Amino acid sequence: MPTDSRSERVEVRKTYKLYIGGAFPRSESGRTYEVSDSGGQFLANAALASRKDARDAVVAAHKAWPGWTARTAYNRGQVLYRVAEMLEGRSGQFAAEVMAAEGASRARADAQVSAAIDRWVWYAGWTDKLAQVHGSSNPVAGPYFDFSVPEPTGVVAAIAPRASSLLGLVSMVAPILAAGNTCVVLAAAGRPLPAITLAEVLATSDLPGGVVNLLTGQASEVAPWLASHLDVQGLDLTGVDDPTLAVALERAAAGNLKRVLLPEPEADWAADPGLTRMRAFLETKTVWHPVGI
Amino acid sequence: MAVFEYAPAPESRAIVAIASHYGLFIGGEFVEAEDGHPFKTVNPATEEVLAEVTAAGPRDVDRAVRAARAAQEKVWGPMPAQDRAKYLYRIARIVQERSRELAVLESLDNGKPIRESRDVDLPLAAAWFFHYAGWADKLPYAGLGPDPRPLGVAGQVIPWNFPLLMLAWKIAPALACGNTVVLKPAETTPLTALAFADICRQAGLPAGVVNIVTGAGETGAALVSHDGVDKVAFTGSTEVGRQIAQTLAGTRKRLTLELGGKAANIVFDDAPLDQAVEGIVNGIFFNQGHVCCAGSRLLVQESIHDEVLDRLKQRMTTLRVGDPLDKNTDIGAINSPAQLAKIAELSEAGQAEGAERWSAPCELPQQGYWFPPTLFTGVTQAHRIAREEIFGPVLSVLTFRTPAEAVDKANNTPYGLSAGVWTEKGSRILWTAERLRAGVVWANTFNKFDPASPFGGYKESGYGREGGRQGLEAYLAH
Repeated sequence: MPTDSRSERVEVRKTYKLYIGGAFPRSESGRTYEVSDSGGQFLANAALASRKDARDAVVAAHKAWPGWTARTAYNRGQVLYRVAEMLEGRSGQFAAEVMAAEGASRARADAQVSAAIDRWVWYAGWTDKLAQVHGSSNPVAGPYFDFSVPEPTGVVAAIAPRASSLLGLVSMVAPILAAGNTCVVLAAAGRPLPAITLAEVLATSDLPGGVVNLLTGQASEVAPWLASHLDVQGLDLTGVDDPTLAVALERAAAGNLKRVLLPEPEADWAADPGLTRMRAFLETKTVWHPVGI
Repeated sequence: MAVFEYAPAPESRAIVAIASHYGLFIGGEFVEAEDGHPFKTVNPATEEVLAEVTAAGPRDVDRAVRAARAAQEKVWGPMPAQDRAKYLYRIARIVQERSRELAVLESLDNGKPIRESRDVDLPLAAAWFFHYAGWADKLPYAGLGPDPRPLGVAGQVIPWNFPLLMLAWKIAPALACGNTVVLKPAETTPLTALAFADICRQAGLPAGVVNIVTGAGETGAALVSHDGVDKVAFTGSTEVGRQIAQTLAGTRKRLTLELGGKAANIVFDDAPLDQAVEGIVNGIFFNQGHVCCAGSRLLVQESIHDEVLDRLKQRMTTLRVGDPLDKNTDIGAINSPAQLAKIAELSEAGQAEGAERWSAPCELPQQGYWFPPTLFTGVTQAHRIAREEIFGPVLSVLTFRTPAEAVDKANNTPYGLSAGVWTEKGSRILWTAERLRAGVVWANTFNKFDPASPFGGYKESGYGREGGRQGLEAYLAH
């Protein structure tokens, strides 16, 4: 065996791809774009998702929804908790990617990763509490048993925030899943690597393929197809920082009356998230039945 | 089976005093329009002109919004919550006290049978105010955060099918949460909303808290797009709801929409048939079928199709169509010539596409707008009468073999407002209800409403809920 005379090992780089239906395809368009760190150094060539990729992702999310929503809330909670376990194991890698993407110090990156894991655990615990907090037994004025339960909206398309490449992303995706929805997420164009690594975590946890689908690319190119897609029932515009694009997307969402979360580029991701994000993609179903003998 | 003959039992209209002309109710008083124009509202059962009312122009809408803003900031918003509650309790009581008058007025302007306006619309309208009155000083306990705040001024646009009840659904929660409102009643049914202005006067409600601007679509468009409106609530067609959602894009105004429906009413082979037939009739013929949540698609299990249809047709022949003010009337007048034309057009399409049409034999009055209770058999999912909202007394009958097929067919629509399930088997009710993508599921009953019970749609039937604790979310910042 020849002796390696080099002082520094050449690292094995990772290929960053899309995450659709539980698999990691390249963009069907064959396109990539260069991702740099905060100092402008080359990090990777990320897939530049196309309209077709967006549609494939919606198909996958639509297909995964019946199975995901049919699981018991307890089971969904365990699956999501398992994701947090996997996140914890990769925390070093996430911290390195957040540092590179955001130019954050090691301490700040570590803090963001810890907060992201804790947030995921927090949402995982909500799955089997939502119905009690959002639901109700309704005292109607008549001989009827009447109750209301929250149910997931369906497929949610979400545009991830640039400012917080991991914590913001997790704070957006986890509530969508905890409420029982499936999703297509478009990572922040300039900082997609933590998102792709999150997809790898999801792929190696117990989350069924298609429940989360991740695209990398330009919001201006991909998001309009998601906003107007008739098999998408919810649209999370949190990360859209171009006001003109945001209005166009909101208008397109009206086509099939999607539930829309408006842009929030200034969001404070460290703050207590409350229930707003889960409530945004929950429906209320009310059931009546007569009482009698 | 012999059918009882009924002697006429007309409700007196003497209890109602209708003015010949109404202005707009802005800032606590009736004012004349600045840039509006007069139009007439008619009794759809007789085509008699009931009154001249005013279509508000953009400047009038602006005045109303400014009045609402001033009232919200200076009076209603800062008012102790318990005092807001007391005003709403007063309104609830006055609605109860004047319910006979309001029921007659509603039937005159809308064409619905007095039995329904008296027994459904009015008691529920009062109950809605009573229910939300109690919420006004309990909002921190509603689960929407410790310090829920009002949104400001709500612009509300309501339909003609339950005029006063829809007003109550909109105004009661808005006021309870500390908002003020500008409400536009439907063009063809403005009179009970104008009577409500007098109820506000009797209740001593501060000026500008409730403003009523009458008019048609342009008035509604001016209201929802007004910059001074913080919140828009609309009940009506999916088409208009979509336009409003598009108009509001980028404004960050809060929006709730209660839109159309094409509800499936599923009858399994073990259903209690007498009750099911009553439920089918109530589901589609209540309020002439002018109900967004009407059970307009009957899904009947194939094995009992013939028996259900025999019983249903027999029951339909006993429905009494005619004078809305007659206490024996089951089905009143169609609200407008435009709606009658739409019902007729879709019914003709049903025939042309190959479904078999059957109408109950009944004599329709010569004057007014009428349509006989009608059903179509042999309907497929592709037929327009199975896909489009007819909003009239027309039932489309489809069949299924298995529960899974019933659910698939029920969900095969862009709408998702309501659904019905008829079976004696409890586990099947829950199984079916779980799978129906609809905001309200009535099991072994249909068309029941209550202020404590959240109501609203999935999918293209809109978003947001009205009723109960869930109904507060639409009117609070959180």
